[in-house]
Amino acid sequence: MSKAVMETKFNTTLSAPYKTSKSLGSRIGYGVLYVILGIIAIIQIYPLIWLLLFSLKTNQEVFGMSPFSLPQNPQWGNYAKAWSAGHIDVYFFNSVLYTVIAVVLTVILASFVTFAITRMHWKLSGLVLGLFMAGYMIPLHSTLIPLFNIFKSTHLIDNPVSVILSYVAFNLPITIMILAGFYKTLPREIEEAAVMDGCSIHRIFFQITLPMTIPVLSTTVIINMIYNWNEFVFVNTFLSSDKWKTITVGVNNFVGQYLTDWGAIGATLMISIIPVLIAYFILSDRIVEGIAAGSVKG
Amino acid sequence: MKNVMSNKFVITLYVLPALILILLLIYIPIVLTGYYGLMDWNGIGKMKFVGLDNYIELVKDKLFWQSTWHSLLLGLFSTVSLVGYLILSLILASKIKGANFLRKIYLIPMLLSSVAIGQLWAKIFDPTNGMINRLLTIFGVDNPPVWLADSKIALYALFFPIVWQYAGFYIIIFYAALKNVPEELIEAAKIDGATSIQIAYKIKLPLIAGVIKVMVILAIVGSLKYFDLIFVLTGGGPNHASEVMASYMYSEAFSKYNFGYGSAIGFGLLIICLVMTWLIQKLLSSKEVEF
Repeated sequence: MSKAVMETKFNTTLSAPYKTSKSLGSRIGYGVLYVILGIIAIIQIYPLIWLLLFSLKTNQEVFGMSPFSLPQNPQWGNYAKAWSAGHIDVYFFNSVLYTVIAVVLTVILASFVTFAITRMHWKLSGLVLGLFMAGYMIPLHSTLIPLFNIFKSTHLIDNPVSVILSYVAFNLPITIMILAGFYKTLPREIEEAAVMDGCSIHRIFFQITLPMTIPVLSTTVIINMIYNWNEFVFVNTFLSSDKWKTITVGVNNFVGQYLTDWGAIGATLMISIIPVLIAYFILSDRIVEGIAAGSVKG
Repeated sequence: MKNVMSNKFVITLYVLPALILILLLIYIPIVLTGYYGLMDWNGIGKMKFVGLDNYIELVKDKLFWQSTWHSLLLGLFSTVSLVGYLILSLILASKIKGANFLRKIYLIPMLLSSVAIGQLWAKIFDPTNGMINRLLTIFGVDNPPVWLADSKIALYALFFPIVWQYAGFYIIIFYAALKNVPEELIEAAKIDGATSIQIAYKIKLPLIAGVIKVMVILAIVGSLKYFDLIFVLTGGGPNHASEVMASYMYSEAFSKYNFGYGSAIGFGLLIICLVMTWLIQKLLSSKEVEF
């Protein structure tokens, strides 16, 4: 306590003159810093505003007028065209479906594994955890040809099951990584008391441990949702019928077909990114936290 | 108590489904890719065993080494740009007003799919109507570059969307690490009269050396795995000028139906990723001793 007082005393006596002598210089310095930080923010955000602008323009406006002008007469028809002519409605629904199923499966399976590894006692737990973690380092493209062959011989090519299973498998490592970090900080006393009371292991997991992990579960759900929503290679390789494709692949095909129709292309791209932007707008704190947790712990 | 928590049946029940999935869809394919590399195979017909032919061809294949070089170059650029991200994070973490808001803005591109980013940047790079060339024309540049269509600069042009996409991600991580540096250490250094640059260099950076190391690995190994963005923006062209390992593998297998040779490239990619991870860890761990 006295030490803290000493420190603050030192601080005030030493830093007061230091601050006044530097205030003008440091104010200019801060001004410059803010300008730099602001310019970077504009660089990060302006391409998306530009996209929004040209998604509402006619081709004449895109080609003839300044790229920074506002659309004269917002062409909402571009969105209607993209939604129906580009099958975007089907792709959108598929994306939602695969994302939801894969996220639920991944989070449940990962919770089971994390519980068994961090809470239960068995010899190979360290090895199995290592196996899951190392999966994070494997380049997915090296597995693509064998996966294609495995799914072909099990008749799962052009069947969404192949894509959903791949999402689950490739997202398990990062999900377990994030969960394990949280499980290690959870107190064990409640679970131990429940064991004493003769509670079954399943009840402990479902009624005690799982509810305690809800904050971190929501983080992993969001991270998984973003990954799955944006995934491209698996869908592009394993699914060929239009009725099964997702929005990421659909957008890519649509742009290939309507090469010169900037408005419709812009509208399609906007439709594909709006759900993620809305999720970010509502849940930005959780998403930022999840991204920080997911990679630093690894 | 020990009995309930070490029930073998329950452990198997909880671990096995996920374990089977990653064995079946990650580990067995990794082994198979090396095995398929020994085959002459078009993906549909029968495989024909050709021994090490594909791998010998791979070692002699100029295109493979060129695409490896491109991947490594992207990794090098990404590593160098980490310096910029670090400086930005140091600024943001030094109690700047609005830092939280700014880093959230910076992260936005990272949330979009590489396909959407690719298609958006295809428009930004468009030689006549794209954002960049329209800007350059306004500033009086007569013959702005054609960017992705120019084989001399296509690979370097790709780096703009890559930085745009990942900058926020690295800043978030460095920022989080810097926020974990104990406040007392910085206060003590200030009392001793250290400048903020000295504090950054002598205290903050050494303390987050572990995170920096992980990010270097992520930047380099992540670059070796780049695919989506390049596939969408250039498809590896023009004339292989922006070909990387994954895009080369993909076009050999899924466009030319050389599944055997494609597998050999995939196996090469795996080996190079593992070797690079090991190498960086080795190089950086010896450096860490200095701190």
